Amino acid sequence: MRIADLSAFTWQVMRGNRGRTLLILLAMGIGVAAVLMVTALGEGARRYVLKQFSGLGSNLVIVLPGRAETAGGIPGFITGKTPRLLTLDDALALARSRAVRRIAPLIVGTGDVHWNARTRESPILGTTADFIAVREMNLAQGLFLPESDPHHGQPVCVVGARVARELFGHTPALGQWLRIGDRRFRVIGVAAPQGESLGFNTDQIVIVPLAAAQALFNSEALFRILVEAKSRGQVAAAKTDILEIVKQRHEGERDITVITQDAVLSTFDRILGALTLAVGGIAAISLSVAGILVMNVMLISVTQRRREIGLLKALGATSGQIRLIFVSEAILLALAGASAGMAAGWASQFLLGHLFPSIPFAAPWWAVIAAPATAIATAIVFSITPARQAARLDPVAALAART
Amino acid sequence: MIRLTGIQRHFQVGGETVHALRGIDLAIGAGEYIAILGPSGSGKSSLLNIIGLLDHPSAGQYELDGRDVTALADDEQARVRREKIGFVFQFFHLVPRLTAAENIALPMVLAGVEPSRREERVAWLLEAYGLANRAHHRPDQLSGGQCQRVAIARAMSMSPPVIVADEPTGNLDRHTSQEVITLLESLHAAGSTLIVVTHDPSLGARATRQLHLDDGLIAERPLPDSPAD
Repeated sequence: MRIADLSAFTWQVMRGNRGRTLLILLAMGIGVAAVLMVTALGEGARRYVLKQFSGLGSNLVIVLPGRAETAGGIPGFITGKTPRLLTLDDALALARSRAVRRIAPLIVGTGDVHWNARTRESPILGTTADFIAVREMNLAQGLFLPESDPHHGQPVCVVGARVARELFGHTPALGQWLRIGDRRFRVIGVAAPQGESLGFNTDQIVIVPLAAAQALFNSEALFRILVEAKSRGQVAAAKTDILEIVKQRHEGERDITVITQDAVLSTFDRILGALTLAVGGIAAISLSVAGILVMNVMLISVTQRRREIGLLKALGATSGQIRLIFVSEAILLALAGASAGMAAGWASQFLLGHLFPSIPFAAPWWAVIAAPATAIATAIVFSITPARQAARLDPVAALAART
Repeated sequence: MIRLTGIQRHFQVGGETVHALRGIDLAIGAGEYIAILGPSGSGKSSLLNIIGLLDHPSAGQYELDGRDVTALADDEQARVRREKIGFVFQFFHLVPRLTAAENIALPMVLAGVEPSRREERVAWLLEAYGLANRAHHRPDQLSGGQCQRVAIARAMSMSPPVIVADEPTGNLDRHTSQEVITLLESLHAAGSTLIVVTHDPSLGARATRQLHLDDGLIAERPLPDSPAD
């Protein structure tokens, strides 16, 4: 039997049993679409998180006070080893490392920002001039904090895009004096709108010199230090140096936590990748359910078409040909169902992309291959039993069947 | 052409063994026109199924065209069936979703005949059997007589030497029966071996040789000098 004839024959069978065909197409289509959708969601989440992290700046190493690992088991306050505060001098000392290009110490707090009669509660960020480079921020207007001795803060500030818009309205923000707590600052820059990065929205903050923030919040302690390594390859060296320098300064105590962007990235990457794989697998189960439907429908079809099978045998069809006819019917159904499912999957992906433009929904390449492949493999596997049953029919009995 | 020796066929029905054929010895020459007659249950369909290679005998030997086909594997039998035997059934057995032309082409499709040769052959058969204007009709749009003509055209599509017809007029009225018989007899006239199973004595009488089956055994009677009609 020629392949063209086989597919023509199968096509006629499918067309002749529209209800049955549509049912299988639907089941297969839903299965394939589910795999694509679910993996697209997972992959979208993964890419979203990666994008958020890379939004922090490149080759970034983050230094946190305190140690995240468990050591000993006796709490520090009993042994007298309370974690030391991370100070500005610690931060400046890090610049000694050859692997480090820039550092930006951070103090974060909340304060009321006043301008004329308007007041706005806003996160206040105290940092140094290098912050803009480390964090890869852009300014819309004016200048960033000036390069000067970080121990002495000038009364200047940079406001986020939203703060500028809501506090000053149509008045130009540059040159205005605003008041935070009991101190006055002159606005010398407005940050460009950046959007959110890990829940931290730079559009809503006010950036002041570190020393000013220390005075505002009456605290020497740094919230974190952002360190930019000289290159991606230097990140590990920078991490070692940072630990070493701080250890020396803190009397041999390693009481900081150093997070590299890469480590965080690859952890998230792994977790979300595994998650996508897992949910994709769950969706693939729906495909095998579709396979069971294929088997049932095919078994019914074999019973209904007994006379036809008997006839085909009388006309000289071999058992192999009969099997082929049924298996190819399943394959054709699966192909059609998979195409429909792919189309539905892409369409809803496109729709979701429009509804949530910030999340890059896209089914990963392996799912695009695996979903239809699973559909076809399932169809083949589950059509073998009905096909064999058809091939085994006794032609005399099959021809005599009354259906 | 066909040589049956000691053919037996038993069926297990419930706990009992039914002997449909009890030892048939039969030789049919090429180009013969044979009627197998007998009451229902006499074993005539069983005999036809064995001759048509649809069924295996329980005992005995079957030689077709000088070849022992008794013990052939199913697939090999299917191939012999495809090339040597054309079936005509009482209930036509046309595939309802296929047109007349597609039904006729079916054996050639299964045999893998090239589409161009197939179309040529189908066109010729449609023309020869007066079905040219019915080529694209489905069985449910055809009369009984037309259906049986399509079935005969299908049986002839691979030009088999043997035509086996099981009650070919059993489902037709008198007039169309006559048409169908005339058509089958024209095939015989053209050289095919024609084996017709019927319980209708007047139809049986037209054959050049009659086999009367009774309880699984042959009672062959010579042909009367003049046919009944």
